[in-house]
Amino acid sequence: MKRRTLLAATALAIGFGGAAFAQDKTKVGFVYVGPIGDGGWTYEHNEGRLAVEEAFGDKVETVFQESVPEGADAERVLTQMALSGADLIFTTSFGYMDPTINVAAKFPDVKFEHATGYKRADNVSTYSARFYEGRAVQGHIAGKMTESNIIGYIASFPIPEVIRGINSAYIHAKKVNPDVEFKIIWAYTWFDPAKEADAAKALIEQGADVILQHTDSTAPQAAAEQAGNVITFGQASDMGEFAPMPRVSSIIDNWAPYYVARTQAVMDGSWESVDTWDGISTGMVKIGEISDAVPADVKAEALAMVEAIGAGEYHPFTGPLKKQDGSDWLAEGEVADDGTLAGMSFYVEGLTGEIPQ
Amino acid sequence: MDLSSINPVFLIASLMVAATPILLAAIGEMVVEKAGVLNLGVEGMMITGAVCGFIIAVETGSPALGFVCAALGGAVLSLLFGVLTQYLMSNQVATGLGLTLFGLGLSALMGQGYVGIKAPPVPRLDLPVLSDLPVVGPILFSHDAMVYLSVALVAAVWAVLKYSRAGLILRAVGENHDAAHALGYKVIRIRLLAIMFGGACAGLGGAYLSLIRVPQWTEGMTAGAGWIALAIVVFASWKAGRVLLGAYLFGGITVLQLNLQAAGVAIPVEYLSMSPYLITILVLVIMSADRSRAALNAPGSLGRVFHATS
Repeated sequence: MKRRTLLAATALAIGFGGAAFAQDKTKVGFVYVGPIGDGGWTYEHNEGRLAVEEAFGDKVETVFQESVPEGADAERVLTQMALSGADLIFTTSFGYMDPTINVAAKFPDVKFEHATGYKRADNVSTYSARFYEGRAVQGHIAGKMTESNIIGYIASFPIPEVIRGINSAYIHAKKVNPDVEFKIIWAYTWFDPAKEADAAKALIEQGADVILQHTDSTAPQAAAEQAGNVITFGQASDMGEFAPMPRVSSIIDNWAPYYVARTQAVMDGSWESVDTWDGISTGMVKIGEISDAVPADVKAEALAMVEAIGAGEYHPFTGPLKKQDGSDWLAEGEVADDGTLAGMSFYVEGLTGEIPQ
Repeated sequence: MDLSSINPVFLIASLMVAATPILLAAIGEMVVEKAGVLNLGVEGMMITGAVCGFIIAVETGSPALGFVCAALGGAVLSLLFGVLTQYLMSNQVATGLGLTLFGLGLSALMGQGYVGIKAPPVPRLDLPVLSDLPVVGPILFSHDAMVYLSVALVAAVWAVLKYSRAGLILRAVGENHDAAHALGYKVIRIRLLAIMFGGACAGLGGAYLSLIRVPQWTEGMTAGAGWIALAIVVFASWKAGRVLLGAYLFGGITVLQLNLQAAGVAIPVEYLSMSPYLITILVLVIMSADRSRAALNAPGSLGRVFHATS
């Protein structure tokens, strides 16, 4: 009995010691799917990490791990981070969903934040941005500017977020240009510059003069620049070094305010498991400057759309809309609910091809 | 589905471009393996070449100089492998794997300040009349110089290995290093030279990615091309001509599957994406089905440590 008390006391002491140490410095971990120098997705998450460091200075310590494969490796990295005393861990790719949930169950005192997923727990929040709002603006510009009426789309994985983007871009391109056709390549990677460049070239060779990408590197931009007369949009990051041509605008993910707020919440002890899904209105999604390569009237329309979405007056998925198989989805004026959008696994009417299962 | 949107002429032209980095790395690795050394660090040397070439090309504005320095960078890194395995007699497999990891890290460090910068453009050879020929023009006469260089390199390696005395000695060292040593050949020196040649070729292949095919610097941009090059050497059963075939086959399927997807072919995308790897594995299996013949092709001393005891 005595020995047990002793053990308990020791455990308590260690526990207190740990807690006291943690109060000194809040340790925030980040797990990235690509290198921080990818110029896109991971780059912006890392900017968010730097903003956390800047906001809290000495009170915070950040650690990060780059290019972590989605799968068993992620679980190992997460466990390692949790063991090394992280108080809050951001896992920044869809494929980390199950690893995050698994590791979170083993470390109930560590807070986890998973980007773009849909599984939560008491110590796991989810957060994402409404990228499809930006896709609507891209679709509008693309539909107006294409001359071949063929728009190439480099998709990554068949997950709801990517499918939402394709649908949103298609709806708005089709609206302004009924003849528009989407050619979609599934790259099955978030980051593989050579493959992305090849995909862009294949699309351009098949007549596409607009390339939309949902992969993270700037390789498609470079391929478009080489081909000339092809326009692109920056993905996740501004990719401004390719402006004004081929990059005519971009979707920028701005995670910094969210990361700072959540770190603050951990410090205050007010952290709760929540589901955050913000868009243009809160600034989590920003539209990069629309370059002069876009005609002035198209630019004005695009900006008006940004304004309307930001003010909540316009929703990119507003009926009447049908699914690809011709069945009704949204009635006239009806707006898609977040549940359907979060789990979107179908194309809208007019898109050709099948979503890989 | 609209297969007519795939233009076979463009397809062949772009498969040559897609295959060139792998081809360069694979032909270099073949020479290394012919000398009896298994260097699994191709990926690391490629990416080091990619970043060296990119940095030099950006700083000097000369892609040609970039390629030269990429070859140098790859060769220097491979020398590290050479010293470790040939003089210090470390395990070749472990050292090669270590070289890959080291190369990936080193290149990320060197490339820190070069993300998002554009490389100076590499001119395509524009041969007046020839480039304008209908079908042959785009396929044969409108590439950049490196595509031709890579094919010329394959031919040169083939000729040297088959007909020259130097090639004969290299093969002897790879087949039986003890016998070659007994004949008075400097086994270690010859192997070091072969390793450096392999490193230089891998560096060129990497620079082709960062300067022409992508063209920009991003960390981890080789994305496994080095491993494919290693597989292609086995696939080619250590024959130069088959390396060319293997690289173009792999490049061809890679490009073709993207084109098929864009054309909306109703084959599940997963099968298309895995097809280049699947076919590589399939051919490897067929090639090595006849064990005795496959074993005949592999250099006799491949991967074995050489120690001159007498």
